Amino acid sequence: MSPTRPARDRDSQGPEERPVLLRIASFLYLRPSLVLALLLGPPLVWMIVVYLGSLVFLLIQSFFSLDPFTGQVIRVLTLATYKDLWTPANLDIFFRTATMAAVVTVTTAVLAFPLAYFMARYASTRLKTVLYLAVLLPLWSSYLVRVYAWRLILAKEGILNWFIQQLDLTRVLDLLLRAPVIGGPSLSVSFLGMFIVFVYVWLPYMILPVQAALERVPRSLLEASGDLGARPGQTLRHVTLPLAFPGVIAGSIFTFSLTLGDFVVPYSLGNSSFFIGQAVLSLTGTAFNIPLAAAFTVVPMGIMAFYLVGARTLGAFDAL
Amino acid sequence: MSGGNAVELSGVTKIFGEVTALDNISLEIGDGEFFSLLGPSGCGKTTSLRLIAGFEMPTAGEVLIGGRAMGHIPPYQRPVNTVFQNYALFPHMTVHENVAFGLEMQHISRQDIRQQVGEALEMVRLPGMEKRRPKQLSGGQQQRVALARALVNRPKVLLLDEPLGALDLKLRKAMQLELKMLQDKVGITFIYVTHDQEEALTMSDRIAVMDHGLVLQVGTPHEIYERPATRFVADFIGETNLIPGEIVAINREVAEVELARGIRLKAPMVPGATVGRSVTLAVRPERISLAAAPGPEGMNLIEASVFEVVYNGATTSILLRLESGIVLTVRQPNIAFAVEPSDLREQRVRLVWPIEASSLFMEKTPVEQGKA
Ligand SMILES: Nc1ncnc2c1ncn2[C@@H]1O[C@H](COP(=O)(O)OP(=O)(O)OP(=O)(O)O)[C@@H](O)[C@H]1O
Ligand SMILES: [Mg+2]
Repeated sequence: MSPTRPARDRDSQGPEERPVLLRIASFLYLRPSLVLALLLGPPLVWMIVVYLGSLVFLLIQSFFSLDPFTGQVIRVLTLATYKDLWTPANLDIFFRTATMAAVVTVTTAVLAFPLAYFMARYASTRLKTVLYLAVLLPLWSSYLVRVYAWRLILAKEGILNWFIQQLDLTRVLDLLLRAPVIGGPSLSVSFLGMFIVFVYVWLPYMILPVQAALERVPRSLLEASGDLGARPGQTLRHVTLPLAFPGVIAGSIFTFSLTLGDFVVPYSLGNSSFFIGQAVLSLTGTAFNIPLAAAFTVVPMGIMAFYLVGARTLGAFDAL
Repeated sequence: MSGGNAVELSGVTKIFGEVTALDNISLEIGDGEFFSLLGPSGCGKTTSLRLIAGFEMPTAGEVLIGGRAMGHIPPYQRPVNTVFQNYALFPHMTVHENVAFGLEMQHISRQDIRQQVGEALEMVRLPGMEKRRPKQLSGGQQQRVALARALVNRPKVLLLDEPLGALDLKLRKAMQLELKMLQDKVGITFIYVTHDQEEALTMSDRIAVMDHGLVLQVGTPHEIYERPATRFVADFIGETNLIPGEIVAINREVAEVELARGIRLKAPMVPGATVGRSVTLAVRPERISLAAAPGPEGMNLIEASVFEVVYNGATTSILLRLESGIVLTVRQPNIAFAVEPSDLREQRVRLVWPIEASSLFMEKTPVEQGKA
């Protein structure tokens, strides 16, 4: 062959002349499963060892028990710890936490939907970017700082009370705070305040998936609905909401599970009535009852599993 | 002024920012008519339908349905239904729920809904599919569901936006026939958008040919094909040979056009033609025949050399070059040939066609071009 042969002429190149990279590429191209293994291997190892591994340990821990005299963990599988878990006081904690999580979830969904709808349907590209930033911005600062800030905002001497005074609504607030269960000496020490802060901190986690779901609803479906005689309200109920529902469910998985497991907000704004997170904290800390703490943690996992199965039976994922 | 018109557009203009999608168009579509909007991509077909359906409001002009000005009446109060370009079936509903949607919005009793949905599905030949989801249907089946979903409401006018666009050729042809028969049966006015000229010719009572937001010609398929109003229409509808030249003589009804080098062709006169004007003479490939001897009076005759013969199945296309370099196509049905066409390659032949088979189009003078 002449030395002036064009370099790009692949056919005239013998296989022995191919550059190394090309040979590696061909080798991999013919073995797609090897590529998949190389791609998925590292994250899968991480998932299995760190994530599932620690969950399994947690589960095993919850079947150990604590020797009441020595305070030592007895490493024998038993249901004794779960029996300890089953006390009226603890059931109260579960019920309280789950109720709070449910109320927070519903509220965030109701608040998030209009904003997400506006972002998906009406906002210009620029405004949308601004709104994204506005939704995400709070997540850039420490969550502890924000909760603490809310404690100051909600305090008796805080800015919210001042506003309420200016608006002459102090009586309304007092009436609310005097209500059983949700009330308290001030907003900063009450379930009502806790609820407000929970809704605030988890709202972005609801807005983003709902917005993404709404964004995926083709405009032509809304037009088809109108074309078939549906008024805007009917289109919302029969077309938009069902199609956005998977997004709401995705968001609710965040808000629900984050509320179930949180201890910072109840710790900062709560009273002596514990939430699950606080119970786990005190059991791992002062009481040092690791098996019971583990059992406590298994409960929200169970509640979540129950929730997901329920959502599936209701057809929440049908439109996916 | 219009009593029998199902839909009327009068002086409608639609401007999107910088784009003029529709430029002062006026159309009158009769009751029960199968009316097609035909034109290349981006010419404003979909925009016209959206204005009639009420998804867009005209920048200027008026849309009338059944003689009533639509003004700002929203889509859900207009007596029209649409079959969308991409069907737009509701993915979270079954076929039955999709078709029933319009009736449910009118609060019709459950029993009546079941019966009417059943009838509609039967009409589009899709019985027994009620429980399926759109995703579980083929493209053609989805198209039928979209049709049933619109028809079940018995609209005054049905708007169809390239409803057969996604189907393969065979199914497309079958659906064309079915649609046409269905329209005869239900007697609803169809406004049918397509960029497929053959489809428009096959199905329509009348066609509006559009380009760049303008309506260039409205007429029956026969008129549009045989008497195209502009060079664009002639070129867009079917195949056509375009031969440039200059008018050198006018004898009452016939204009004589000179191509290069003293070769002359004749064509029926058109208004505005004057001696010295640059024109384009158009003739359909199937109107030209190869002749052994000069034809009788009233025929055009020209010599050309064959450079390619293409077998198309039902027809054979013969590609020829005139002395001036212009390429012509002659299309002949594959029945008994005097000469085996493939033997014609590289041969010089005589072409003849009747004078009235040619059409003349004025080339724009520089002044007119400046205005357009
Ligand atoms: N919402 C819009 N905003 C801006 N321009 C638009 C909008 N809708 C249509 N146009 C423009 O208007 C013109 C006509 O569009 P239209 O959709 O009516 O074309 P069409 O004839 O249906 O084409 P196709 O055959 O490709 O569907 C195009 O130039 C298009 O870019
Ligand atoms: Mg279109």
